[in-house]
Amino acid sequence: MRKTKAAAIAVAAVCLVSSLASCHGSRGMNEFVIPETFDESRQYEITFWAKNDTNKTQTAIYDKAISDFEALYPNISVNMRLYTDYGRIYNDVITNISTGTTPNVCITYPDHIATYLTGTNVVIPLDGLFVDEKYGLGGSELRFDGPSIDEIIPQFLGECAIGGSHYAIPYMRSTEALYINKTYVEKLGYTIPDIVTWDFIWEVSDKAAEKDEDGTYYVNGQKVMIPFIYKSTDNMMIQMLKQKDAGYSNKDGEILIFNDTTKELLSEISKHVENGAFSTFKISSYPGNFLNAGQCLFAIDSTAGATWMGSHAPLSDIHESKFVEFETEVRMIPQFDPSSPKMISQGPSVCIFNKRDPGEVLASWLFAQYLLTNEVQTAYSETEGYVPVTSKAQESPEYKDYLSRMGEDDQLHYDVKIRAAKLLLENVGSTFVTPVYNGSASLRDAAGQMIENTVKSVRRKETVDDAYFDKLFSDVNSLYRLDQRNTGSAGRAELGPLPAASKALLISLVTVWIVIGAYYIIDERKKKKMLNQRN
Amino acid sequence: MKKLTALILVLCMAFAVAACGEAKSDADTPDVKGEGVMTYAEYVAAALDTEVTIETYVQAKQGWWTDDQGVSKATFYTQDKEGAYFLYNMPCSEEEYSKLNAGTKIKVKGFKSEWAGEVEIIDATFEIEEGSYIASAFDVTSILADENALKAHQNEFVSFKGMTVEPANDEGAAYLYSYDGSGADGDDLYFKVSVGGNTYTFTVESYLCGAGTPVYEAVKGLSVGQTVDMEGFLYWYEGVNPHITSVVVK
Repeated sequence: MRKTKAAAIAVAAVCLVSSLASCHGSRGMNEFVIPETFDESRQYEITFWAKNDTNKTQTAIYDKAISDFEALYPNISVNMRLYTDYGRIYNDVITNISTGTTPNVCITYPDHIATYLTGTNVVIPLDGLFVDEKYGLGGSELRFDGPSIDEIIPQFLGECAIGGSHYAIPYMRSTEALYINKTYVEKLGYTIPDIVTWDFIWEVSDKAAEKDEDGTYYVNGQKVMIPFIYKSTDNMMIQMLKQKDAGYSNKDGEILIFNDTTKELLSEISKHVENGAFSTFKISSYPGNFLNAGQCLFAIDSTAGATWMGSHAPLSDIHESKFVEFETEVRMIPQFDPSSPKMISQGPSVCIFNKRDPGEVLASWLFAQYLLTNEVQTAYSETEGYVPVTSKAQESPEYKDYLSRMGEDDQLHYDVKIRAAKLLLENVGSTFVTPVYNGSASLRDAAGQMIENTVKSVRRKETVDDAYFDKLFSDVNSLYRLDQRNTGSAGRAELGPLPAASKALLISLVTVWIVIGAYYIIDERKKKKMLNQRN
Repeated sequence: MKKLTALILVLCMAFAVAACGEAKSDADTPDVKGEGVMTYAEYVAAALDTEVTIETYVQAKQGWWTDDQGVSKATFYTQDKEGAYFLYNMPCSEEEYSKLNAGTKIKVKGFKSEWAGEVEIIDATFEIEEGSYIASAFDVTSILADENALKAHQNEFVSFKGMTVEPANDEGAAYLYSYDGSGADGDDLYFKVSVGGNTYTFTVESYLCGAGTPVYEAVKGLSVGQTVDMEGFLYWYEGVNPHITSVVVK
């Protein structure tokens, strides 16, 4: 009997330990608590997943930032992994969350962070770190001259807030720009207005699509001409809807995009595809390649792609023999209401992943914060049409000097690039971001997919009418699982099947109670038996 | 000893004839297309954005992945006895992908498309059929400078003979990670090779032949000035941009 009791206790103990272990696993990591001091006697190795725009200067700037930082903090070493695509970073982070091998510091988009947040304590909320006296923004113990919280452009910082907490710091900001072959537009008899309207761009594009009987386009004398090409159709739809003040989604994650305005926009786009006036990056290739070859009049791409735009572009994928000489104009994206322009704010942000060692997290925060120093901010922003995210960098003499030397050369001071940067600097007040929640990245994809599908269908001579749009809405809704979202709980993931750890926890808890119950019954019987024997 | 030598020679000849015969019959037997299936000539003549149905043989494959919507897909270099077809992001399950090995015959229905000069079939569906064919590399060295002649072989498995490795950048590197050196080990390798006074950019596409594969490591071992023979697929990106699958230093 003693053996039974001992065995029962042992089983119960094992089950209890198992249940606690499962419990620990299912809860994720503990909430990060800022250490009192940064332990400089310990060596920290942190990983940094970075994104570059296939631009070796950007890679070199990251390398230099890391070596400068390591010189300041010899007990921290930073291992960088480079990506050229936000989507691949996102996919890899998702994979690594499940295995507990996330990077320490990661370039990302708030839309993606919203998904990362479905795990418990996966991403560090930064508000406490921002104001930490020693290690916060402008903190007393920092070994570099970083910005104070007031020196981060408030609008850019606000874009990193999800559910009232900041889960990232902005790193660079860009918007989209309209790059124009001014020479050809004027050849067609038009003058480019200060703010280009959608009516203007469609009219000129239709005109530029006219060709002779041999298929040679009048405007460029070539067999190839796509007058208007949009790189990101996600942004195209999002900005058109915003300008129309039409539904997209709200902060609660309610899907509002399937509306009549969306249909009208798609219908309008389809007409110009039919005329041969419009295509997209996904269907035809990079707008810059067509623009530089004189095969496109209007190319919309990020300001962070400005070095690829224009007949003197320092970066290009096409052979130099294919370049055509023309004057390049840079404008904000087309508007429906020029008196109230609206354009998207985009660009990389930096988040920090939680680790079991708070010291490692603090080391990560120090490095992330170092990316906001003037030296990194100005150097990186000058590689493309990015703008620094701090007023401290924007107002620095070095950055002002850079802007003032626009057009001095076709490399660092390439005029198209600096004009693209100025476009954002001068219009920050007209920028917007879309609501961020778990699932917002899918809605963004869906927005672009509707344009891509419509363009493809028109090119394939399918009938594009009301019935087509109804089916498109339904298909996209289903494909992107937008119809499966619980709008009442924005920010929460579709739960799906229980994770293995949770199943283990439940099984362990049940087992513990069974064993306790069995032990109780056995013990009661034993007591009764002993009592009977005594009696 | 003489008898033994003679026997060996006879056996070698017999094997050689058998091998030749097999290759000859494979290459010389014309493809008989099924009902409703286009010949290669009809495919070439088909307009962009029209639906096409072809029968072809897988020569190589790359990058099976699943998108955010849960659709699995991969890209295939395929060829029949008349010409090549590039199947971009064709939906297929992991199990199907494992069956689509070199030589496998498939019937494909999709839309003819062009992206940056690369003619391809997109939005495709496929079914596996009976039959097998692996193309021999066609030597395009002599027509490299003739874009029109070269384009007739777009996407085919081809060879390049006696080309010279040129500096890939101003610093004299023999290859770059990514097109401008902004990448890292494991990314696409870009290198330049010349023949007849013209220099071309060739690529080791990391999804097709990634780090650790013989060609990836061979390119990392190249030196400027070496003469190389290469094989690969005649991919196009704003001009010819072969995806190299083997490099032999002469």
